[in-house]
Amino acid sequence: MNAPMNAAPAAARKLRVATTSLAGCFGCHMSFLDIDERIIKLLDLIEFDRSPLTDIKHCGPCDLGLIEGGLCNAENVHVLREFRKNCKILVAVGACAINGGLPAQRNHLDLRDILEEVYQTEYLLGRGGIPNDPELPLPLNKVHPIHEVVKVDYFLPGCPPPADAFWKLLTDLLAGRTPSLGHGLLHYD
Amino acid sequence: MNATNTFQLDGVDIPFTPGQTIMQAATAHGVYIPHLCWHPDFSAHGSCKLCTVKIKGRFGASCTIEAQAGMKVENRIAEIDDKRRTLLQMLFVEGNHFCPSCEKSGNCTLQATAYELNMMSPHFDMFYPDRPVDASHPDILLDFNRCIMCSLCVAASSEVDGKNVFYMGGRGILGRRVHISSESGKLGDTDFALTDRAAHICPVGVILPKRKGFEVPIGKRSYDQAPISAHVKKAAP
Repeated sequence: MNAPMNAAPAAARKLRVATTSLAGCFGCHMSFLDIDERIIKLLDLIEFDRSPLTDIKHCGPCDLGLIEGGLCNAENVHVLREFRKNCKILVAVGACAINGGLPAQRNHLDLRDILEEVYQTEYLLGRGGIPNDPELPLPLNKVHPIHEVVKVDYFLPGCPPPADAFWKLLTDLLAGRTPSLGHGLLHYD
Repeated sequence: MNATNTFQLDGVDIPFTPGQTIMQAATAHGVYIPHLCWHPDFSAHGSCKLCTVKIKGRFGASCTIEAQAGMKVENRIAEIDDKRRTLLQMLFVEGNHFCPSCEKSGNCTLQATAYELNMMSPHFDMFYPDRPVDASHPDILLDFNRCIMCSLCVAASSEVDGKNVFYMGGRGILGRRVHISSESGKLGDTDFALTDRAAHICPVGVILPKRKGFEVPIGKRSYDQAPISAHVKKAAP
């Protein structure tokens, strides 16, 4: 009320966004960056928290979390829970986060058989034995999509989702709309 | 055509000839009713339930109900589309539907129907069933991971090809799928041929001609160009 009449309106608080890749290939992140110069416009509206783009190691309170990749080891589950705890809105990004994707192709094989073949028996592959350093996260028996472990608010399908789909999701959320992709942007491959 | 031979589908008058089902009349008129196990060339199966519509407050499969003059049918209403989406999600979790690695992607009826119904996730927990492929035939690959048990290959092989190569078998949600009627259970031990109707009827990526994979680039495949409802509209006379 006492503010000077000619003062510019207070800048709206930037939305805080965290991103991560669990059992993914970072392809979704690359596709996100394919929004090209629109990222300049986006950075007027959002700021990044934990993300491979900032190298911040842990997630603080955020408005939005983008999760690429499914869950293939114990660390993936910890990171996912950290995101869910801190992000008001959590989005599963890409085929792997949504249905396990390529890593889930190991699900019909026995985990021990896979490790033994890769690290012990298969000719021309490493023969150093199955790694057991305590710092290595233990693999899960099966790869799982993230909605099997935490509540997921929105899904962005695709392998990867097209840059325009990222743009649509973010601009819809920034405008307070329910994200809607429609034909051409919604695809599973 | 008799002027009284019309019914209403979501408020639109659809003409029909007596004996036609709601699905047949709607499709001939270019109106899309979501479906998976129905095919215009074969007798209706009524098993996938995607084509469920609402008539006077009751649900029924539009591929098996005959159109009646003056009938009021509800099709693309949120109440039914929500149930259809749930049916699709159940199909997606009980098989192994990994679109990025599937040759049928972009031309797949299951996928296109899921796009049409705005299916954003499988919602349920994944089953990840173990379903080995059958590559024994020189010209055809069978990938059972994607079978949705529509039975169209069974119908095509028996009704058109006169061969009965396929049958539905097995028990339980994980065991039931299409099987091969040879002693070994392998397609390579049947007289199945690339020229059979059944070789080209599969709506998903189970029955695939070999050496044809990914022929059409992404962006130019059937359902890249237009959604499945637009295809039905375009195909109508």
